[in-house]
Amino acid sequence: MGDKVFKIAAAVAATYVLAIIVLMVFQLINGSSAIWSKEGISFLTGSSWNAVEGRESYGAAPYIAGTFVTAGLAMLIGVPISMGIAMFMSELAPKFLRTPLSFVIELLAAVPSVIYGLWGIYIFRDYVRNWIEAPLNSTFGNSVWFLSGAPFGLDIFTASLVLAIMIIPTISSISREIMIAVPNSQREAAYMLGATKWEVFKMAVVPYSKSGLVGASILGLGRAVGETMAVTMLIGNATGSSAFPSSLFAPGQTMSSIIANEFAEASAGSLHLAALIGIGLILFIVAIGINIVAQLLVSRVLKAHEGAVLA
Amino acid sequence: MITIEQRAEFRKHFRNNIPTRLMTDRIVKGVVFCCVVVAVVPLGSILIEVIRNGGPVLSVDFLTQIPGAVGSSQLGGVGPAIQGTLLLIGLSSLIGVPVGVLGGIFLSEFGSNKLGNTVRFFNDVLAEFPTIVIGLFAFVMIVLTFGSFSILAGTFALSIIMLPIITRTTEESLKLVPVTYREAGYALGIKRWVVITRILLTSAKSGLITGIMLAVARIGGETAPLIFTILGSSQFFSGLDQPVDALPLRIWRLSLLPYNSSIAEGWGAALVLIMIVLSLNIGIRYIFLRKQGGGGGRFRIARGG
Repeated sequence: MGDKVFKIAAAVAATYVLAIIVLMVFQLINGSSAIWSKEGISFLTGSSWNAVEGRESYGAAPYIAGTFVTAGLAMLIGVPISMGIAMFMSELAPKFLRTPLSFVIELLAAVPSVIYGLWGIYIFRDYVRNWIEAPLNSTFGNSVWFLSGAPFGLDIFTASLVLAIMIIPTISSISREIMIAVPNSQREAAYMLGATKWEVFKMAVVPYSKSGLVGASILGLGRAVGETMAVTMLIGNATGSSAFPSSLFAPGQTMSSIIANEFAEASAGSLHLAALIGIGLILFIVAIGINIVAQLLVSRVLKAHEGAVLA
Repeated sequence: MITIEQRAEFRKHFRNNIPTRLMTDRIVKGVVFCCVVVAVVPLGSILIEVIRNGGPVLSVDFLTQIPGAVGSSQLGGVGPAIQGTLLLIGLSSLIGVPVGVLGGIFLSEFGSNKLGNTVRFFNDVLAEFPTIVIGLFAFVMIVLTFGSFSILAGTFALSIIMLPIITRTTEESLKLVPVTYREAGYALGIKRWVVITRILLTSAKSGLITGIMLAVARIGGETAPLIFTILGSSQFFSGLDQPVDALPLRIWRLSLLPYNSSIAEGWGAALVLIMIVLSLNIGIRYIFLRKQGGGGGRFRIARGG
């Protein structure tokens, strides 16, 4: 009797997660239905953003583009660095350094995103503007389109850099687990042939763990896509068609940042609110797609190595 | 299988260009080391700046008083924000911990079937989900339904965020309990649910606490969902259906204001928040290390059954 009740209670608690996800889909569709019936497909492709009553018009294309540009740039910078860190921690670092180093990297993940934002606005931004953006802009500004504009510090480039810093711990700690899960016989075979550490990594570790490493990177992409606070504080918050990413040094907007920024101005029941919830629905679909792919890739590699990944 | 031609190629590759290959190896090692430095520098910079800018602001008044008028040169406090954050953590744990632990028990003890696999998979998906979407969901679910921003809505959102973390760590630490413990319990004729709650849970205690603290550290710094749920307030807690303040939310609002005093308060609040979050994380590390050094969980048979 007690056993049955307990099992049912546990099953109910476990199904709660599924119920939440289903309910989330339902509520987001419900809450944004007004915008889909008014704008239709042009909500996805349009770029005008006008909340003035009577002339309301909403298009989410610039923010979708902004999300993918910032997340893509963050991946471009963050993934190689993360792989380097993971390689250092699993292959190169002396034993006494491994535990403290992985602890430090995990602390990087523990810092709340709003503190990244605060640090980004008041500290990091000045360094980026004066040491990276200004020189690049004055040298290449006229010839390379994505380096044009007046560097201000609050723009797509700074937001992407901070995003890159934020996804490094995710990608590197999962990649490290995956590299550790590679059987030592693989490495020993390569060493036996006379390979150097780098060649062992390149020829034995990477081919064996490739799909897991891709999965780890995609998990990082998922985090970059959904990240809100630091991006909101650093991206400069353009709206409408000017938010289309035209240059690295121009202010932009992402899906999550426009929701956070404009939420306070959207009154209950308005089309504006429906538009923001609609963007939330798009973000939901993008994030769930990314996460499902990443989980499938990572869990397949780590299956033999239970209990390795800690979010 | 490697063909003979391939083997010959390998042999040729590894015999030739030894100086170049050693050079490449050394360069790669240098680059990899630089990667580590690049990741550690921001952490150091964040910690230093938060302590340098936030340290001078800290005082008993700052920790206990309500925020001052916007724009005044006098420094206000973050008392309501600290109270709100602690309340949110406590209330979310009231929902998140029991449901998460029960879910983890289900996955570990009854979960080797289709339902278990589905839950496990979506649990992992939810763990990495954008928290802003969860906040919007809580807004539509609770705030729009009940007509007001409230600490309850915030609790709902944060408990969804902590749930998958607790479920996963519970499942993993229960699986680490040796099967002999279960068998010993069954041999004594103890019912299964008593074996689980009295024997397995006590043996896996440190793993459970790790998971809970990890989840608490995570929601303590969470900002995005709070914008849509608790709204923020400059007053102390005044009822479950009222808006409250929280440290991350207060930091965000302060950072948007153009006054020096607000920015100083923001750094002070950031110092308080980072101390809470980092001490939780270091505490987890301590428990975890002690567990590894101590060799196995402590085991005691409680009354009952």
